[in-house]
Amino acid sequence: MRIPNIPLSFVTRHGSKAWPLGLTGAGMLIIGSLLSWSYDAQVLGNLSISFNPGGLQRLAIALALFAVVFLLASKGPLVRLGQWADTALGLRALATWTLLFMTLVVVAITVEAGGLINVQPGGWVSFLGAMVLFAASRLVMPTETRDLAEAVLPGWVEILVIVVIMAGLLFGAAYALSLDDAWAFVLFLVFVTGMAVAATRAGLLSWLGHVTARHKRVLILASFAVAFTFPLTQGGSDANMSIASQVLVFAAAAMGLNIVVGLAGLLDLGYIAFLGAGAYVGAALSTSGFATIGWKPPFIVVVLVAGCFSATLGLIIGSPTLRVNGDYLAIVTLGFGEIFRLTMFNLDGNNGPDLTHGPNGIPAIPDLSFGSFNFGDTHVLLGIPLARFSNYYFLLLLLMAFIIMVFHRLNTSRIGRGWVAIREDEKAAEAMGVNIFGLKILAFVIGAFLAGMAGAIKAHQDVSVTPDQYIFLESAFLLAAIVLGGMGTIVGVLVGAVILKLLPEKLRFFADYRLLLFGLLLVLMMRFRPEGLVASRRRQLEFHEEDEELAIRAEGDIAEKVQA
Amino acid sequence: MTATAAASTAGSSTNVPLLQADGVTMRFGGLTAVNNVSMTVNEGEILGLIGPNGAGKTTFFNCLTGLYKPTEGQVRLAGVDLPPKPRAVVRAGMARTFQNIRLFANMTALENVMVGRYCRTSSGALTSILHGPKFRREEKETRTRAQELLDFVGLGDSTEHLARNMPYGNQRRLEIARALATDPKLVLLDEPTAGMNPLETRQASDLIFKIRDTGLAVVVIEHDMRFIFGVCDRVLCLVRGETLVEGTPEEVQSDPRVIEAYIGTATDEDDADKAEAGAGHNSDAGKGSAANDAEDS
Ligand SMILES: Nc1ncnc2c1ncn2[C@@H]1O[C@H](COP(=O)(O)OP(=O)(O)OP(=O)(O)O)[C@@H](O)[C@H]1O
Ligand SMILES: [Mg+2]
Repeated sequence: MRIPNIPLSFVTRHGSKAWPLGLTGAGMLIIGSLLSWSYDAQVLGNLSISFNPGGLQRLAIALALFAVVFLLASKGPLVRLGQWADTALGLRALATWTLLFMTLVVVAITVEAGGLINVQPGGWVSFLGAMVLFAASRLVMPTETRDLAEAVLPGWVEILVIVVIMAGLLFGAAYALSLDDAWAFVLFLVFVTGMAVAATRAGLLSWLGHVTARHKRVLILASFAVAFTFPLTQGGSDANMSIASQVLVFAAAAMGLNIVVGLAGLLDLGYIAFLGAGAYVGAALSTSGFATIGWKPPFIVVVLVAGCFSATLGLIIGSPTLRVNGDYLAIVTLGFGEIFRLTMFNLDGNNGPDLTHGPNGIPAIPDLSFGSFNFGDTHVLLGIPLARFSNYYFLLLLLMAFIIMVFHRLNTSRIGRGWVAIREDEKAAEAMGVNIFGLKILAFVIGAFLAGMAGAIKAHQDVSVTPDQYIFLESAFLLAAIVLGGMGTIVGVLVGAVILKLLPEKLRFFADYRLLLFGLLLVLMMRFRPEGLVASRRRQLEFHEEDEELAIRAEGDIAEKVQA
Repeated sequence: MTATAAASTAGSSTNVPLLQADGVTMRFGGLTAVNNVSMTVNEGEILGLIGPNGAGKTTFFNCLTGLYKPTEGQVRLAGVDLPPKPRAVVRAGMARTFQNIRLFANMTALENVMVGRYCRTSSGALTSILHGPKFRREEKETRTRAQELLDFVGLGDSTEHLARNMPYGNQRRLEIARALATDPKLVLLDEPTAGMNPLETRQASDLIFKIRDTGLAVVVIEHDMRFIFGVCDRVLCLVRGETLVEGTPEEVQSDPRVIEAYIGTATDEDDADKAEAGAGHNSDAGKGSAANDAEDS
């Protein structure tokens, strides 16, 4: 969101007023949020009781406090922070998003409660506060800042920062899932986006990048600790865990596809077929009464067989097409996705062997069980009951960890370098002795293998496997998650997968416009940020070939990765 | 560099043939870009390849390195037939640079050279994922060797720079370092001083001597005659795809046919410069070039 700057002369004349004005605005925002926002206690959670702020009011207070931090950093006790962080840019972004937030709050109360009349004075005070803050932020003078890469805090403080942020993520995710109201969910998204954009503009996010690079182990450990703790925040409810485990399957598949698309630079439009192939293997070898194959190996073996089966399919599709360069692969994989679906549709005993029961699929796949641990049962951990989907969630988390490890280690190996070289200049890579075909097929096969593994688990989680779960649209969504999040990155693709899978679950009311909105989203991304939300530095450079300045800035980051 | 480092001493080459190209011919439709060219490079020798623009020098390199599959002819390296496959050629011990620099722009200098080590390492997917002992060892070796080579070509300070951010002259050196990383017996340099200033050109000839002193043979394409005659043990002149003369720099320099080929072509400096700058094949390649131009566009 870019708002035209006001004339510099005006800013220099009134710049001194920015600070008191900003504090006033933030103060109004906080006071307003402590008061009642709405007459109707039923909408948007309860926002009607004074001095007992509801969820959205707390978010408004958090936004205001963040603004206060920026203000105090530009002039006041936190001025040392101001030397590093670009407070002016940060405040501008924050104030803009805060104003958007408050505007949407007013609109939401109006729509939900039926009339503007339902907005209480507290709401108006907060809204006015946001406007004042916005005006003040336009008057703040930009300052010179030092390079945040050099800002090093004591080790334990940095680790604490990581832990706090991870805890915030956990809390935020649990909170987001608990929001049943679409408006509240949208407002929460606006809040998160506003915070993130402000932190990015101020340079705090890039600082965080350096911090996490310094404490990689802590970050990885904290991430998985958070992910593992998540089911415990659900208080025994399995509804959100169902969504969460679906998000994980989707994210795992996206991460596998990320090896093919993001690392090797191959466009695979039929990736879902590999997930489907794994799921069918998982179903056919399960102990379901409808399973079509008599062999019942232990699940570990099933997972590996599913992976190998998908990988073999990948080899069959890939070996003729990857030899020719160009866009053949996209077309062939697109066709393969359809062929897979139709084949599964037709292997029903009439047209061939009865392996899949055609359109009916293989239903009644029993839950997994390892020894006495049955995934269908509820287990109690730390006094919190964890039901069926929590169990699958944990298993999928392990798979996710494995896929991320494969992704990361390949990316930082000789093979990963080969992939980059192929992306950069295939002819030159060939002339340097890089095995172009071998590396491409390797990416393709590994991607297929990982999808097959995920598919075998998905079969049990979904209880039944049918052909219509594995349509082209799903491949397109996986690809969209990668493009949206940031090709070739781990965090980006996770973010992309969560957004694309969580949003439709939470915003059921726009189900009819889902495709339209995603299309729009992608077009906007392509126009304004083709490298994705969380860009890999190298990918970013590939998308902005003329940008010399970016190349200079990116140099340090890329070199840092090489040294690691 | 290689174990054969001691095989030659500065300024002199043995007469053991390393590369033997026999009757290499490359036709593009009706155009014969390289016509029945034979060339022998001895161990530890620096051979110059000259000729007017469009003479087929780069095409000849492409044939040698397997980027093009020659219509006819045969290439042997150290007595072994080379298939026209770039990877096989590199593994056999012949590496090259490109006339229009082809570095991996968004990789650092170190990474570029590390890619050059690809064909001499073999860590597969499994050991890479498991971080097995072989992976660790090779990765360390690759890194050390790449750094050594960067030091060797004089880019020891630019390790962490992105190739695209480096000055032109350094990019040329980096390309040479990347080629050396493949442990070649022979390097082919396609116009290594194009676009360089006189100082850089002098450094380039020093570097070529330095490479030869480590026991490698070098074939270098150049338009800069002073450079060629200063560096090479032997010179081969191509005109319109055919070998015109082959001999010592002195012989070639004074050969009337060479002078004619060049005078009949690059009459004035302007024309040559334009062609070198990649402005396409100008009308300076003699009578035959009109046909080339037509074919080219
Ligand atoms: N792939 C190709 N297809 C068709 N014609 C080609 C191809 N490659 C080269 N040629 C033609 O072959 C001829 C020789 O070109 P080449 O690039 O080998 O010349 P050169 O001696 O390297 O010239 P320069 O000094 O300008 O680099 C030219 O006429 C060129 O147009
Ligand atoms: Mg050439």
